[in-house]
Amino acid sequence: MTGVILDPATLGRTLTRLAHEIAERNGTCTDLVLVGIQRRGVTLAERLGPLLAGMVGHPIGVGCIDVTMHRDDLDWRSLPELRPTALPGDITGKTVVLVDDVLFHGRTIRAALDALHDLGRPLRVQLAVLIDRGHRELPIRADYVGKNIPTSIHQRINVRLTEDGGTDTVTLEEPG
Amino acid sequence: MNSNATATPTGQTPASVTPWSRQHLLDLQSLAPEDLTLILDTARSFKAINERSIKRVPPLRGKTVINLFVEPSTRTRISFELAALRLSADVINFSAEASSLKKGETLRDTVRNLEALNADVIILRHGASGAPHYLARFARSHIINAGDGAHEHPTQGLLDAFTIREHKGRIEGLKVTILGDILFSRVARSNIWALLKLGAHVTLCGPPTLVPRVFERFGCRVTWNLEEALRDADVVNLLRVQHERQRVTLFPSLGEYTALFGLNQARMKWVKPDALIMHPGPINRGVEIEGDIADGNQSVILEQVTNGLAVRMAVLFLVNGGRVADAK
Repeated sequence: MTGVILDPATLGRTLTRLAHEIAERNGTCTDLVLVGIQRRGVTLAERLGPLLAGMVGHPIGVGCIDVTMHRDDLDWRSLPELRPTALPGDITGKTVVLVDDVLFHGRTIRAALDALHDLGRPLRVQLAVLIDRGHRELPIRADYVGKNIPTSIHQRINVRLTEDGGTDTVTLEEPG
Repeated sequence: MNSNATATPTGQTPASVTPWSRQHLLDLQSLAPEDLTLILDTARSFKAINERSIKRVPPLRGKTVINLFVEPSTRTRISFELAALRLSADVINFSAEASSLKKGETLRDTVRNLEALNADVIILRHGASGAPHYLARFARSHIINAGDGAHEHPTQGLLDAFTIREHKGRIEGLKVTILGDILFSRVARSNIWALLKLGAHVTLCGPPTLVPRVFERFGCRVTWNLEEALRDADVVNLLRVQHERQRVTLFPSLGEYTALFGLNQARMKWVKPDALIMHPGPINRGVEIEGDIADGNQSVILEQVTNGLAVRMAVLFLVNGGRVADAK
């Protein structure tokens, strides 16, 4: 199966459902922060924040985290593209919901857990992803999944978001 | 991020970037412009880490970095030490005063002993020009030159280039004047190499005894006329008078130096209002620069210090990834 997996309308509904699931699991969502993983996870967290705030009736803190330096496949010889890490206050004692676009090997999430640990000790960490495409290499799973897509390891999932200058679409492509 | 990548590791080099391939950083003279740009771009990424509330990242975890400072230094040593710590390396400081070098051990033996302790990176500050190149002939570790005699101080040249690029957006085509004791300055030499390779026009100015015409062979303009040197400069980099390196006095007195070449408010009228005033430190207020110019709004002297940390993190990071294939 290749082609469009999520069109703009479906992607919007999927994010609304993810926000509902986060609210359902976490009650009033006090002491809850959304932390997007650079880059597209940040855009998604910035969209989930207002959706969730609308459901629970109070603002939800949204932060971003760059995990480049915590990766296990970091190439020392090349230019690491670092993006900001910024959290809305201390995460110690809070529920952190990590947000990313695609869950694949799980190595990005492993790096994100390490990066979070450097910044404080959350009460609990949950994971929300737009797409889970399988092929995990580590014992990591998502708490909230927009859509499960069975893929072959060579296929590509492309997530495009309006904030990056496109339209909201997720496509599955064969290797070019 | 990049979680949709296929079989390629996400940290892989983009096609447009030439990966770092050197075991050591000995000088800027032997680097290609692409190497310089890679270091500066990497430093820009690392600068963001120093602005975070938690300023430590793990890429050099488990690596041992030795600050081997045979010639005294405080600011460069602290900057390298902090850079290594921010990358999670273990750092040992080794100064000549308290070492076996005092007991007659050769530099070669000292380094072989450090390598027997499995040091990964040796940062060398030495009074003799070429000392790091000598170590590189047999070293299995990565050697970083932190200043060798009057030869080069590569990370200073890089951090100056970084600061200029950050303010001006580019280096190519800029007019940079280096003013002061050029003859004895490794900072001047590293600056000259970095700036010329990146396409700047470099003017050298100072007393004729300290700014000989031989520097024209590097591709620089040499002038002993201060107004001419300052008038069209986009950047003015002032150097400290290195009394300690001069075996014979090459100018009558510090007072005369200040009278003829010190940067004061009257001479600032020759300088373009958007020109950067730089100085590698430590500054001698009232000698090469008046205090209120050093503190003024054209001065980027403290930014140079901040940027030095990011540049040294970038150098440690890249050099650690460099191949050790040519080790003997």
